[in-house]
Amino acid sequence: MSHSVEGVHTPSREVMAQVAPVPMPTHPLVSNNRDFHWVTEKICRIVEDSTPRWWWVCFGVSAFLALFTFAGLTYLVSTGVGVWGETRPVYWAWDIVNFVFWIGIGHAGTLISAILCLLKQRWRTSINRAAEAMTIFAVCCAGIYPIFHVGRVWFVWWLLPIPTSNSIWPQFRSPLEWDVFAVSTYFTVSLLFWFMGMVPDLAVLRDRATQTWRKYFYGVLAMGWRGSNRHWSNYEMAYLMLAGLSTPLVLSVHTIVSFDFAVSLLPGWHTTIFPPYFVAGAIFSGFGMVLTLMLPLRAIFGLHDLITPYHINCMCKIILATGSMVGYAYSMEFFIAWYGANPYEGFAFINRAFGPYAWAYWIMVTCNVISPQLFWFKAIRGNVALVWGICIFVNIGMWFERFVIIVTSLANDFLPTSWNYYSPTFVDIATFFGTFGVFGTLFLLFIRFLPLMPMAEVKAVMPQADVHGKAHTLNVEN
Amino acid sequence: MDTVEKKIFGLVAAFKTTPAVYHAAEKVRDAGFKKWDVFTPFPVHGLDHAMGVKRSTLPRMTLCGGLLGFMTGCLMTWYMNAYDYPLIVGGKPFWSPIFPFPVHYELTILFAAFGTFFGMFIYNGLPRHHHPIFDHPRFASAMDDTFLVLIEAEDPHFDAEKTHSFLSGLGGQDITLIEQ
Repeated sequence: MSHSVEGVHTPSREVMAQVAPVPMPTHPLVSNNRDFHWVTEKICRIVEDSTPRWWWVCFGVSAFLALFTFAGLTYLVSTGVGVWGETRPVYWAWDIVNFVFWIGIGHAGTLISAILCLLKQRWRTSINRAAEAMTIFAVCCAGIYPIFHVGRVWFVWWLLPIPTSNSIWPQFRSPLEWDVFAVSTYFTVSLLFWFMGMVPDLAVLRDRATQTWRKYFYGVLAMGWRGSNRHWSNYEMAYLMLAGLSTPLVLSVHTIVSFDFAVSLLPGWHTTIFPPYFVAGAIFSGFGMVLTLMLPLRAIFGLHDLITPYHINCMCKIILATGSMVGYAYSMEFFIAWYGANPYEGFAFINRAFGPYAWAYWIMVTCNVISPQLFWFKAIRGNVALVWGICIFVNIGMWFERFVIIVTSLANDFLPTSWNYYSPTFVDIATFFGTFGVFGTLFLLFIRFLPLMPMAEVKAVMPQADVHGKAHTLNVEN
Repeated sequence: MDTVEKKIFGLVAAFKTTPAVYHAAEKVRDAGFKKWDVFTPFPVHGLDHAMGVKRSTLPRMTLCGGLLGFMTGCLMTWYMNAYDYPLIVGGKPFWSPIFPFPVHYELTILFAAFGTFFGMFIYNGLPRHHHPIFDHPRFASAMDDTFLVLIEAEDPHFDAEKTHSFLSGLGGQDITLIEQ
């Protein structure tokens, strides 16, 4: 490069000659040696170019699908919770299954933006923004369920610590109340983190805007950002702090979600393995969803230089790792059910695998334990179509995991006289599939109006961003 | 007579590469300027040191937010469940630091995040409607791939001509005078 190896942090030439270090092979995070301007053009054009036809088609389909959720909820509120399939003894079913499913998906976004930031995984930059958006929209979809499953939705504000006319306060001894705080904090902090990360990119869009409404829209959102280095100094510190806060937050959210079950006394729920098992499962399902969303976007917008095979490879390895943790948790649950010598606990697990819901259990095992093991093979990690297919299996498997945990434990509990076989009603099904429409609608609006990738962060990990102009060759300080 | 001079905000030089602006910043710092800034499209690592900007004290806001959140959580759960309307539930104590801990924990994080988020904008004096640098003809490219060094007229070392030649000596291009 143009600047030789010199300066305070580098060892002298004699030392270097003796050590004769071999350059660490590093994967370029932006391939084809693109420059800063190319990144700006690539990302801004997604928002600035005229709306593509596929977008309108997808938007129409998503919005139509979302109507099913609205119709299902309207029918529910106007008629009563009896329109859902819940009957004795299964009083918690698809509502909580779908809540846990959606909230789990959100976890990958926070993992990418917070935990991978603390671990200095620089490949996270290009998928960071879209994954965080996914988190926020997934939490929106998740939030629908606890709000509506209280039955009388107009009293849902009783969950909040505000004085009501009968002056009874929320009851903090209940894990459900902990959940209110965990999920609302998660949503708020994720939203702040997402918005703060977007401010410098909104400023880019503001300065490129030609139409008046765009100037106002991005001008207001950009908060007057001017890229001052004195600001970047505080900004980067805030980013680090928020990453540090989001890390324990994301681990606590699914821990507390798992407390909804683990704190109860029901066989199949009352297990101490739940918090780590739920967190691993959440990250597993979330990465499945990140790849499900990002691989089509990469193909449509030609983002192959920004989401390189290396990025996909890294994400597949995380799916493999978390998928294996989930598989371990399944087998450990079985072991403890036997080793614990509690006949009810033992029955709950035998019943899961071989009872009336065995079909759901084996779908779960196939999708969650077997399918991610294919990622041991490099050829499969390199095949985008196969990766996408496996990720769809992961999404399906993780929905079934929640179904298996929640419904099988309730349907066959202590007294055989009270057993029943749960089936969802059409309203359950329509409301759930409609949430994919809600999610899709929000995500499509995000693609169209907000920067899909954090331009500033992507530029900062490019070789040209190094102040010594040597990142291409070798980082001798390490 | 003083209208013209008062209008000057500062001199701006443009740089094309990260190493160029980094070395220029070191020299501006060593020349003793205090009221100056660098505008970059992304956070340039090491530029804080080159500019002599101290480590941000923002974590204090995070700490204050976190402490406030934890105390809010403790006070709230105690007041609601043990003082204002104690209810016997399952024979459990009205209040203990253990069972509502998830609530304390979440509020600690929530308030710490508020402290960080709002603290960052307060520290930076944002949102701000206008700043003289926005009038610079190449400002849009400073959000894209150009680096701008601004030396403000208020700096005691500032002198329109000398600073101009100083900046061009550093390799700065397009040296422009911007007005208030």
